[in-house]
Amino acid sequence: MPEPTIYELSSPGRAGVRFPEPDVPATPLPEGLLRKDLPLPELSELDVVRHFTHLSTKNYSIDGGFYPLGSCTMKYNPKINEETARLPGFTMTHPLQPIETVQGNLAMMYQLQEWLKEITGFAGITLQPAAGAQGELTGVLIMRAYHCSRGDVKRTKILIPDSAHGTNPASTAMSGMEVLSLPSDARGNIDLDALRAVCDDTLAGLMLTNPNTLGLFDEHVLDIVDIVHKAGGLVYGDGANLNALLGIVRPGDTGFDIMHLNLHKTFSTPHGGGGPGSGPVVVAKHLVDFLPTPVVTIIEEGNEEMPPLYGYATPTKSIGRIKSFNGHFGMLVRAYTYISMHGAEGLREIAELSVLNANYILARLKNIYHVPYDRICMHEFVAEGKWDDAPEVHALDIAKRLMDYNFHPPTNYFPLIVHEALMIEPTETESKQTLDTFIDAMVKIAEEAHTQPELLKEAPHNTPVGRLDEIKAAKELVLCCMLPETA
Amino acid sequence: MFTPHTKTEREEMLKTIGVRSLEDLFQDVPAGHRFPKLDLPPALTEMEALAELQDISGANETVRDLACFLGAGAYNHYTPAAVDMLLRRGEFYTAYTPYQPEISQGTLQSIFEYQSLIVELTGMEAANASHYDGATATAESVVMAYHNFRGKRKKVVMSPAVNPQYRATVRTYTQGYEDLILVGDGPQADLNAGPESLTPLIDDQTSLVIVQYPDFFGRIFDYTSLINSAHQVGALVAVVINPTALGLLKTPGEMGADIVVGEGQPLGIPLSYGGPYLGIFATRKEYVRKVAGRIVGETADKEGRRGYVLTLTAREQHIRREKATSNICTNVGLMALAATMYMSLVGKQGFRQVANLCYQKAHYAAEKIAKIPGYSLCSDTPFFHEFMVCCPRPVEEINAHLLDDGILGGYDLSADYPTLKNHMLIAVTEMNRREEIDALCESLEEVSHA
Repeated sequence: MPEPTIYELSSPGRAGVRFPEPDVPATPLPEGLLRKDLPLPELSELDVVRHFTHLSTKNYSIDGGFYPLGSCTMKYNPKINEETARLPGFTMTHPLQPIETVQGNLAMMYQLQEWLKEITGFAGITLQPAAGAQGELTGVLIMRAYHCSRGDVKRTKILIPDSAHGTNPASTAMSGMEVLSLPSDARGNIDLDALRAVCDDTLAGLMLTNPNTLGLFDEHVLDIVDIVHKAGGLVYGDGANLNALLGIVRPGDTGFDIMHLNLHKTFSTPHGGGGPGSGPVVVAKHLVDFLPTPVVTIIEEGNEEMPPLYGYATPTKSIGRIKSFNGHFGMLVRAYTYISMHGAEGLREIAELSVLNANYILARLKNIYHVPYDRICMHEFVAEGKWDDAPEVHALDIAKRLMDYNFHPPTNYFPLIVHEALMIEPTETESKQTLDTFIDAMVKIAEEAHTQPELLKEAPHNTPVGRLDEIKAAKELVLCCMLPETA
Repeated sequence: MFTPHTKTEREEMLKTIGVRSLEDLFQDVPAGHRFPKLDLPPALTEMEALAELQDISGANETVRDLACFLGAGAYNHYTPAAVDMLLRRGEFYTAYTPYQPEISQGTLQSIFEYQSLIVELTGMEAANASHYDGATATAESVVMAYHNFRGKRKKVVMSPAVNPQYRATVRTYTQGYEDLILVGDGPQADLNAGPESLTPLIDDQTSLVIVQYPDFFGRIFDYTSLINSAHQVGALVAVVINPTALGLLKTPGEMGADIVVGEGQPLGIPLSYGGPYLGIFATRKEYVRKVAGRIVGETADKEGRRGYVLTLTAREQHIRREKATSNICTNVGLMALAATMYMSLVGKQGFRQVANLCYQKAHYAAEKIAKIPGYSLCSDTPFFHEFMVCCPRPVEEINAHLLDDGILGGYDLSADYPTLKNHMLIAVTEMNRREEIDALCESLEEVSHA
């Protein structure tokens, strides 16, 4: 059943909420500055509740099923996070309140800063960035500012492996730096010779996702860091895949200079149908002074009777402000809750079981789907959604057919270096039973691809709508509801 | 807890993989750095974690404990109960980005509705699915205008009465655009002047003019003639809005704006110490291909059933990589959903009522404060729900006194504007009862004698 839009449901004169009459004497409105009409919909509360309840049932979600979505870390979002983030003591504080009145917020943020530094092995941190991509922008601007502060202004080149997320080159370009793509070698590592060949005195740094988007931990990570550092560059870590490293290795210990974290991947804050995320950035000691403003700090040390006084500081060579206020605070509360409930052992277990789950699926599927880089993987792996003896079937068809089996498709057509890529990341919160059901579906689909390819080509069959015409959408560009009176 | 594996299952799985232990899965990690000992406190149970966070949050004083007159970019409004009840549906908040439209119609249709509401509210023609907040939406407007002129127009004119945090964010975002110059908001800028003072700065090298409506000081100016002058030399104009004010005020679309950005927090999003909030971004149809971020469009499936998809994706980073003009990927979808629910519930009548309550109460407060000896309104320009008060003493001292009386005073403008010593920015919303306003006035009067 198609759900009408809120404008189609609207009925003139209806209202969902009443507000009190003014309790103050009336002041005339400013003539000449008023709008003529306010074309908002008119609905009752029940209209609105049913509408959004109906819409919600047209969504796939983690609460409803399994998302083997590579590089997205769609782990379970614990319900307690939603409770703690909604404590009125947090939600009812204004971002510009005097620090004396928000010591709880600041203490929580300070502690989270300390924990994230400890988990990743870095000296400094900002909680400001709103998402991973903004973390990248922050990181690249820090790299730029670092080189400029040393008068080393010709360092404008940033190396990005060909397996990287699109945000890496986009963030680099946005920071006014040049992108140079680096090839991968036959084992899915960075090609060291290619790296050495481009390391010169114009090198600003390297952006490295490790484990990379093939799900592989680069076997030469220490060499890579060394080569870049010797050429005077900095190493940026894309923390999209940090889930596999919790308690396993601290990127800071292996020589990385900067890294962003995705709290909405590794630290269980929900994806929200596209956000909000949160992308804190951690940095090594030599970059602490370049962090964006403000950072949470201790202004007066505490003692046995008094807790410390927390407040804000601006680092001396700060790149400036990257958004308003104090980061995505509500996401920080969720991540704090999650870390506090795991401790060191619990975090290591997250990484271990996410890697166990990925390797289990890999082991069971690799004889049915071609796996171009067949190594022990980390938290994810990439298979090809293509068989020579089923030429009409593509990765997209497999992805769509999975919906009929009640699974979200894996990430497909990414990374770009694998043709017809299907990138599978199960996360640690999925049970063996769920993985087995998924594997069975993948095996069945491989069979269907050879016996009844039209089943895949026409998929999905059981969803609220079938495959949608994306060309029509881009051509006609209907981007908002037609108002009933103008339709 | 959150990992379901039994001991037996782990062993079965390891056997299938062909390794003996979990440690064996990590041979690629350099041995010298493998399995660090993390110095973290022992794991808490759920009941302990909740108790701890209750304690931590209890150390704050909230806008429920205090009468709040603080705004400056984040506002204390009433959110109908249904918004959060609906937002808590796992089908919404645990869903991924709607890249698979067949199983994401709930998210996609609600974004489409959000775009529609923003278009109607602002009087523009198209809106995107959100930016992170008002500050980053403003920065993205600069980036869009820069690329619109292919980097050939190198000047951006920014009113000093645009939120200082937004202006700072614009500066950070444009660090890499070395030839771009930002003018208009330097230390010499006349803060009392209206928009006409910007006109002489606008020329054929200007890509964008940015003004705020109501401005950071709360004032309402009609920007029609400024926009006309900018258009005469081919420059674009971005208007930073407060969505609540548009319940009453003439739309920026009607004034001729090319881009409308703003902070959507007043639309049903909790203050939550500054985030997550909602970056609004709307524009004219002719610029829609230059907009950053996600856009949802209507289409149909093979059977003609109406459906929605992310469209014009060739603009975005996952396709264009370094040629994309913005790197935005994850936005604040759930906050846009909250705003859609809020606007649907409050609706045409309620939205006007909220705006009118803010306006009426703010004007009552302003008139009463202006009568207190030592205090005056710093401007006679019309205002909406926020206004500047010239105080007899430094704002910090006054606010300390107000706090003792259980009042969260206004914003100290001297923090951003050295010339505005003793200037307080006071915000009043529908949440402020008349008694609270009267108490504010009493407390202000006391402190002027103290």
